[in-house]
Amino acid sequence: MFKQFIRLEWKAFTRASSFATNVAIKVFMILGALYFGAAFLLLGVGSYYLIKEELHQDPLVLVSKFAIYYMVADLLIRFFIQKIPVINIRPLLVLPIKRGKIVNFALGKTAISFFNIVHSFFFIPFSIVLLVEGYDPVNVIMWHVGMMALIYCNNFINILVNDKDWVFWTVAIILGGMGIIQYYSFFDITIVTSMFYYGLYSTYYMFIIPVAVLAGLYYICFKYFSDALYLDTGLKGKHEIAQTQDYKWLNQFGVTGTFIKNDIKLILRNKRSKQTLLISVMFLFYGLLFGSGAIEVYDGPMWKIFGGIFVTGGFLFTFGQFVPSWDSSYYPLMMSQNIQYREYIAAKWWLVVVVTVVSSLLATFYLYFGVEMYLLILAGAVYNIGVNSHLVLLGGAFIKTPIDLASSKQAFGDKKAFNLKTFLLTIPKLLVPVLLYAAGYYLISPQAGIAFVAAAGVLGFAFRNKVFKMIEKVYITEKYETLAAYKQKN
Amino acid sequence: MIQINNLVKVYNGVTVLNIGNLEIQKGESFGLVGNNGAGKTTLFSLLLDLIEPTRGFVKSNGIKVNESEAWKPFTAAFLDESFLIGYLTPEEYFYFIGELRGQNKADIDTLLKKHEDFFNGEILNKKKYLRDLSKGNQKKVGIIATLIGNPEVIILDEPFANLDPTTQFRLKKIIKELADDKNVTILVSSHDLAHTTEVSDRIVAMHKGEIVKDIRTSEETLKELEEFFAV
Repeated sequence: MFKQFIRLEWKAFTRASSFATNVAIKVFMILGALYFGAAFLLLGVGSYYLIKEELHQDPLVLVSKFAIYYMVADLLIRFFIQKIPVINIRPLLVLPIKRGKIVNFALGKTAISFFNIVHSFFFIPFSIVLLVEGYDPVNVIMWHVGMMALIYCNNFINILVNDKDWVFWTVAIILGGMGIIQYYSFFDITIVTSMFYYGLYSTYYMFIIPVAVLAGLYYICFKYFSDALYLDTGLKGKHEIAQTQDYKWLNQFGVTGTFIKNDIKLILRNKRSKQTLLISVMFLFYGLLFGSGAIEVYDGPMWKIFGGIFVTGGFLFTFGQFVPSWDSSYYPLMMSQNIQYREYIAAKWWLVVVVTVVSSLLATFYLYFGVEMYLLILAGAVYNIGVNSHLVLLGGAFIKTPIDLASSKQAFGDKKAFNLKTFLLTIPKLLVPVLLYAAGYYLISPQAGIAFVAAAGVLGFAFRNKVFKMIEKVYITEKYETLAAYKQKN
Repeated sequence: MIQINNLVKVYNGVTVLNIGNLEIQKGESFGLVGNNGAGKTTLFSLLLDLIEPTRGFVKSNGIKVNESEAWKPFTAAFLDESFLIGYLTPEEYFYFIGELRGQNKADIDTLLKKHEDFFNGEILNKKKYLRDLSKGNQKKVGIIATLIGNPEVIILDEPFANLDPTTQFRLKKIIKELADDKNVTILVSSHDLAHTTEVSDRIVAMHKGEIVKDIRTSEETLKELEEFFAV
């Protein structure tokens, strides 16, 4: 029976539409996977010697000390990206298969996910180095088993709390809080936790705890899914209580207003699009890395404008990049309705512009780092509005990835979003302002650099109509292809 | 109203549609029947310029649909759920379509009021998004939305499928009313021969992409069709 399951999985994997793209992208994916594997491998081997040479501490002690952050961060990342494959088991329900088997399979499947395997790339070489360096073999193995058990605990915790947003935020805030408290040395949580993590090595019994917890979690998951293996309980999608919204004040903008209304609803009511808001908030703080001395390379002047572009551009890049893919699930409707492309594009453009303006207002807290810092961000905002807003919409016109609005897991690493044309379009988006700023900075003065970038933004604004016409043309010439591409659901 | 001229659609060397000449008069109620793969949806998609014809063209009110978009203001269609916007409530969806078709809120409210019994109390004010409605209820929303803004051409693909018996009766009534209006050309496809003969005054049967029958509906039509499709 399991052989059948595995065959099904293999087919699901090889026939997934994201996999069936062209060879170039496949090569990129493989290279990417190899890169990450190698990076972790290097980290596993290298970290031992690095810690030893540079910090003159016992690597095992140090790793045990920070293991708590590693584990919690892992949980957060999983929460965001790891997909829980419960829906796929629907068609199996009525086949003559024991429920226990189905649940075991669904849970077991998560165990071989990339999110678990990748940690082995760190822990296995690290443990081997420990053995080579003469640590007690039995203890090292127990430590290793304990750590891997904890990784798998995360796996099952994630399954249990999947889709509960509040859990994510609680954990994230606690993690952030712990970090801040430790950074300002009020209280060091790692003193307590490292006793446990190091205890996995130094005692003969401690490793039983994570293994027992893992077994317990597996049992709870098993029980939970066995009980919830009905279409109207565990396998049911969430149904929200819907509220009809008018946004009457937008009516004055005519059809453009109609589209904006729809876009606001699109963003607020779908998981995937809500993330663009989250990301734009995160980018708002991205500038803190620059000029605050947090990361040394970022203190260079060219990097500052790079950061300046991103502070206000988070929404622009994440949302604008996928216009019109956001409307992919009802694109046939849009194409058969009486829609002027111009108004449609203008609506998206206004939305992007308004959010950029709001972001630059919210970014006033950068004044704390000096007026120049904020001017830099404002220049970035002007460039974003004048140049990048158009480029991003133009790039989006070439992306034919259907977006599944209901799933949040797609946002990162969307393979099909990679496309040579969009790639080429990132050059003017980022490289040009950096070069302009550098030219002004080195030839005249830092202020001139800022002025150059802002001037380019204002100049770009003049080409608005021309670019809109270009986008319109792309929409028209690529219409059938786009419709066909959107038809293929992921 | 609609002229089809040497329309051919080929996918990977397989001809899925080949219609030499077909003219649908203004005000006609046109029924399209055929088995799966007969090319019904392909034909409708071509009428709406959603797929590109390999050869030939479609003219709607004298406008070539793949060259101009001027046919859109007087055409409405519901082919499948990709004509619905899942994250809107039914009301919001109707208003959205209404605004695109130059109707105000009051016009829409009047239309919804008129079709209240068609909704059977399951659509409006239910605090549900379209994506959370059942297939049948989604279809009801899609069908009524095509009536917004008094279109002259209405295209419905399989409107009877997924509907409960009572709603099927009500839909037949709506289609018959539209058929009586000499300004409205309505095109309906179906697998159900009885429904189609009841609401259409002309029936075209397709088989493997070609028109095999083109008949004016009469007393004998249903029998004729049943004989044709019986194996």
